[in-house]
Amino acid sequence: MATTTQERRVTPVHDLRSSRRRAVTEQMTRAVLLIATALSVIVLATLLIDILRDGAGRLSLDFLTSYVSRFPEETGIRAGLTGTLSLMALVALMTFPIGVAGAMYLEEFAPDNRFTRLLEANINNLAGVPSVIYGLLGLSVFVYILGFGRSLLSGALTLTLLVLPVIIVAAREALRSVPREIRDGGLALGATPLQVAARQTLPAAMPGILTGMILSLSRAIGETAPILVAGAIAFRRADNEPWYPLEAYTAIPIHIFDFVKRPQQEFQIEVASAAIIVLLALLLLMNSGAIVLRNRYSRNR
Amino acid sequence: MSAEPTSGRISLTARRKRYGERTVLAVLWLCAAVSVFTTVGIVGVLFFEAFQLFRIPGVSIVEFFTDSAWRPFTDPSSDLFRIGVWPLLNSTLLITAIALLVAVPLGLGSAVYLSEYASPRVRKTVKPALEVLAGVPTVVLGFFALTFMTPLLRSVFGTDVVPIFNAASAGIVVGILIVPTIASISEDAMSAVPRALREGAYGLGASRRHVALRVVFPAALSGIVSAVILGFGRAIGETLIVSLAAGNLPPGDLPALNPFQQVQTMTAYIVQAVGGESPRGSVTFQSIFAVGALLFVVTFAINIVAQRIVRRFREEY
Repeated sequence: MATTTQERRVTPVHDLRSSRRRAVTEQMTRAVLLIATALSVIVLATLLIDILRDGAGRLSLDFLTSYVSRFPEETGIRAGLTGTLSLMALVALMTFPIGVAGAMYLEEFAPDNRFTRLLEANINNLAGVPSVIYGLLGLSVFVYILGFGRSLLSGALTLTLLVLPVIIVAAREALRSVPREIRDGGLALGATPLQVAARQTLPAAMPGILTGMILSLSRAIGETAPILVAGAIAFRRADNEPWYPLEAYTAIPIHIFDFVKRPQQEFQIEVASAAIIVLLALLLLMNSGAIVLRNRYSRNR
Repeated sequence: MSAEPTSGRISLTARRKRYGERTVLAVLWLCAAVSVFTTVGIVGVLFFEAFQLFRIPGVSIVEFFTDSAWRPFTDPSSDLFRIGVWPLLNSTLLITAIALLVAVPLGLGSAVYLSEYASPRVRKTVKPALEVLAGVPTVVLGFFALTFMTPLLRSVFGTDVVPIFNAASAGIVVGILIVPTIASISEDAMSAVPRALREGAYGLGASRRHVALRVVFPAALSGIVSAVILGFGRAIGETLIVSLAAGNLPPGDLPALNPFQQVQTMTAYIVQAVGGESPRGSVTFQSIFAVGALLFVVTFAINIVAQRIVRRFREEY
């Protein structure tokens, strides 16, 4: 018995001697790990190719400018497109000031006390709350208690609460990367901490803040569950242009959800794919905007 | 050389009270506190509205937690009415288990490969691809589950075994959804393991596989475990993939373990019930919040556990 445990303990040395077997197990491990890594990329590629192949034929200007219809060849996503763009504008309008102000407080002024730590822990915890829960919050508070009804405003407020923690974290990072000397210089010249924050730190951090902002917004407009629960119209025909905050609205993800649930093959595959292409193109546009902004910023620094 | 200006009217040390600045600071504080209001709002709303459900005659909170059938769409006074949440909870856990079976090997495999094997060039291509996968809206993944994964499963296992709506298809795609979460957090944890540990092992004659699996992996275990738990939390709260691909039929026989059956998760129920636009005060409306409150408690507990694990087992180097 004693010899077997001894042998087991010297396995690495044994491996060193029979270098051929070791090379084989090494290669096999590498191959297995490579396959695990490649699978995700393959799935992503399959998904994109599948959608492009099914949806590209259905894309046209008419698809963007006509309303939803019972007939797959006539249907379009106009209401969803205007809805998504209006949602985006409203969410940006609300999250930008609140997010930047909150980040500025936490990064520049917050004293190191219990309440500040609670705030920070809270922001981290909110990131783990499922997005459908935000929909429930919106449904109860905005739709019913505040009486905004199933309107664009209710949806935008719901998405605002959803992305605010993300934006605060991104804005704090941007503020943190502003060099100490800029603040010290301002303070040395007699500016108050608030003046330094508003006129020196904030402008220097602005490109970073905007990048984070665009990325968070692109997350917000892809979200379906919160606005579906907080009153976006999914099953009815939405005819009105949702430029007014208190009117009913729909959005591209809601259209996709609706199309996929319809029984006809043309809706489920072709029309849904075409709507997905529009949504992904919008996200791609926003993300490349963010990347361009980040690159220009880092070159100037 | 007296430093203190005792009688001068201009003092360099005294502060003027800047009321304007104080107001601005108060506004900034308020903006930071919005997140706390959000949390208080979520907890308050969920429990307040859930409580209203159990004030409706015929609906009991004991039944909610103990009964094994979920038929909330009938009149509470009828015999058909049953409001036990277990079928929904069972469905959620079934989908989550399938998702983790897919995501843990793929996510951890990717993390080990990217951290220990991949050349910088491969890393630079694969990591952004994973980020793109993480950024795909879940409704798109739901479409993928229903129109790609389901037909695939049906052609492999047979259309008589696999119904159109089934837990397996949704579970696999939810797994794909959380691969980037698990991979990127575990990779960060492994990359944070100090070089000295690896070089020590190589110096003793260990192979790359030994270093990766027996030195780096255990050293990064706290981060890896919390990555898996965070993925678990995301899978439980996933909504669109399950409501599109897993169906809307709460299982009748518990425990429901067959992956090729139609189920209804907690999140799918919320979406289904909301679609009817039932008025506030009705059983359907209030039950959405009761299910939501349960979902919130479960995900919250999972996140707290993940944070505890990271804090307790973090290795300091």
